[in-house]
Amino acid sequence: MQGQGLVGMVAVAPKLSSSARRRQLREKVIAGVITAMAFTGIAALVLILVFVAKEALALFLDAEARHEASLSKMFLPQVTRAGRPATFMWQPVSSVPKVSMIPLFIGTLKTTLVSMVVAVPVGVAGALFAAEFAPRRLREVLKPTIELLAGIPSVVLGFFVLMVLASFMQDTFHVSSRLNALVAGLGLSLAIVPVIFTVTEDALTAVPRSYREASLALGATPWETAWKVVLPAAAPGILAACVLGFGRAIGETMIVLMASGNAAIVSASLTDSARTLSATIAAEMGEVVVGSPHYSLLFFLGVELFLFTFILNMVANTWTRRVLKRLSGAGA
Amino acid sequence: MKTFIASLASLLLLVLPGAARAGTITVKGSDTLVILGQRWAEEFMKKNPNTKLQVTGGGSGVGLSALINGTTDIAMSSRPIKDTENKQLSARTKVNATEIAVAKDGVTFYVNEANKLDALTAEQLRDIYLGDITNWKDVGGPDAPIVVYSRENSSGTYVFVKDHVLKGEDYTPSAQTLPGTAAVVNAVAKEKNGIGYGGAAYAKGIKELKVLQGKEAIAPSEANIKSGKYPLSRDLYFYLRAKPEGEAKAFLDYILSPEGQALATKVGYFPVK
Repeated sequence: MQGQGLVGMVAVAPKLSSSARRRQLREKVIAGVITAMAFTGIAALVLILVFVAKEALALFLDAEARHEASLSKMFLPQVTRAGRPATFMWQPVSSVPKVSMIPLFIGTLKTTLVSMVVAVPVGVAGALFAAEFAPRRLREVLKPTIELLAGIPSVVLGFFVLMVLASFMQDTFHVSSRLNALVAGLGLSLAIVPVIFTVTEDALTAVPRSYREASLALGATPWETAWKVVLPAAAPGILAACVLGFGRAIGETMIVLMASGNAAIVSASLTDSARTLSATIAAEMGEVVVGSPHYSLLFFLGVELFLFTFILNMVANTWTRRVLKRLSGAGA
Repeated sequence: MKTFIASLASLLLLVLPGAARAGTITVKGSDTLVILGQRWAEEFMKKNPNTKLQVTGGGSGVGLSALINGTTDIAMSSRPIKDTENKQLSARTKVNATEIAVAKDGVTFYVNEANKLDALTAEQLRDIYLGDITNWKDVGGPDAPIVVYSRENSSGTYVFVKDHVLKGEDYTPSAQTLPGTAAVVNAVAKEKNGIGYGGAAYAKGIKELKVLQGKEAIAPSEANIKSGKYPLSRDLYFYLRAKPEGEAKAFLDYILSPEGQALATKVGYFPVK
C-alpha cells in the first residue's frame, strides 16, 4: 500500500531536482540489492528441494528401485518371514529389503508428540509469566536464560539425555528399554521450549496495552486479565509458536539419534524404542552406495520431512499474519 | 596472554602446512578398527615424524565408499569388501582393491555383569536376535525381557553378525540400534537385561558371553580366536586403491611387523600372523 502511494506521488511530480533524482536512484539500487538477496534465499530453497527430489525420483524411474521399494512396499504391510503375519518393517539392508515407512512415521510422531506435550505448557506458561507477571528485573534475566537454551548444540543435549536422563528415568520408572520415545521426546522438548517461549512472548507483548487497561478498569484482576483477555488475543501467535516448535521437533536429528534407541517398531507404547525419519537418514546415509535404491529411499525420507516442515511453516506464517492483522485492525 | 596467542599462532603456522601437505595419508572406516588404527598411527608417527597419518572412524561402509570416491588413501573395514563396492572401485581405478588383513577379532556378545549366564549356544543367540526368544528364562536366565542392542546397518559388525549368526535373516525389529560399539557397551553396562555385540577390544564393564558348542563353552580368547576355534572370529582389513607404495607401504609394513602386531594384542585384538 505504502509503496504504491510513493510511486503515485513520484508520478504527479515529474520535475525533480538533481539531488532528489540521485536519491531516487540510490533507493532503487538499495531496493534492488535487497530483492536480490531475498531471491537468493528463495533460489537456495528451490535448489535444495530440486536436488533432494531429483535423488529421490530414481525410486519411481529406476526399474530396480521400483521393484525393491514400490509404494505398496513402503506403506502396506508385507510378509517378512515365511509363515508369519504381514508386518510393517524397516530393514533396507537385507537380502530382501524391507522398506516400510510406517514404523518411522510412528516413531517420529511419538517423539514429537511427547516433546510437544511437555514443551507447549512450559513454553507458554513461561512466556505468560515473563510477559505479564514477572517484575522487570526478573524478566530481563528470565528471557535471555531461556533463549540461551536454544543455543546449546543438540549433540550436547543428546549426550545429556543419553547419559543422565535415560538412567534417571530407568531407575525411577523401571521401563524395559532405557532408550525410548519418552526419553527422546523429553530431550527434544529441551530444544523446542525456547522456540515456543520466544514466539509466544512476542505475541503476548504485541497485544495492545488498551486491552489490559480496559480489562483492569472493568475490575478484572491481573490474573483474569492475563488469562481471559491477553492470552486469547494472542492465541493465533501462540499457535504459530507451537507449529514452529513442532517443525523443529520433527526435524531434530541428533537428540533422537542418541536417545530414542532407534528400533523401527510399530508400537503405541511411549516406553518402547522408536526410530524417527531424521535419525534414519543420519544413521544410514554414511553407508549407502550412491544411486542404489536404499540411497534414493533415504532422499525420499528427506522429501517427506521437507514437505512436513514446509507445510508446517506455511501454516505458522498464515497464523502469524492473521494475528498481526487482527491486532493492528483492532488497534486502529 | 600475548605470548600465549603468539605461541598458538606459531603452532597453527607449523600445523597448517603439515596438514595441507600431499604427504598426509588418510585412514578412514571401521569403528571396530579405529582405536587400533589410531594407536598404530601414533607409534608410527613417533618413529617417522615426517609422515602424517589421519585416522578417522565412521563405519566400514563409510571408509570403503570414501576409498571408492578417492577421498581416503586407506579404508579400514571389519568385513571383506562387497562385490558391488569392488566393481565401483575398479570402474574408476581399473584394478580391484588391494586387501590386507591387519588383525583378527572375535565378535563377542556382551551381557550385563549382573547377568548370571556365562554362555549361550549359537542357536540361542540367533533366536534372540531374530526375536524368537524374548525372555531370559527361555535360555536359563531369570524371568525378564531381553533388551536387544544392535548396530546401525552401516556397521561392518552388523553385517558380520547378520551373515554368521543370523544366517542372513533379518534382525528383530525391536532390536535397538546404536551408533558405535562404545554406545552398545555403555548401554549393556547400564541395562541389566541387555545383550549386545561388538569387537572383543571394547569389552569393558560388561561380561563377554562364551559360545556353547556341545558341552564345551568357548571363550573369545586369543588362542581360540587365532586358531579359529571361536566360531565368530573374523579378519579386519585395510583396503587400498592400488598396491601400497612409499609412505603407505612403510606404514603397512610396520603394522604387519611383530611390533605392530604386538600393539594389536595390547589394544585387545589378535595378530594375523
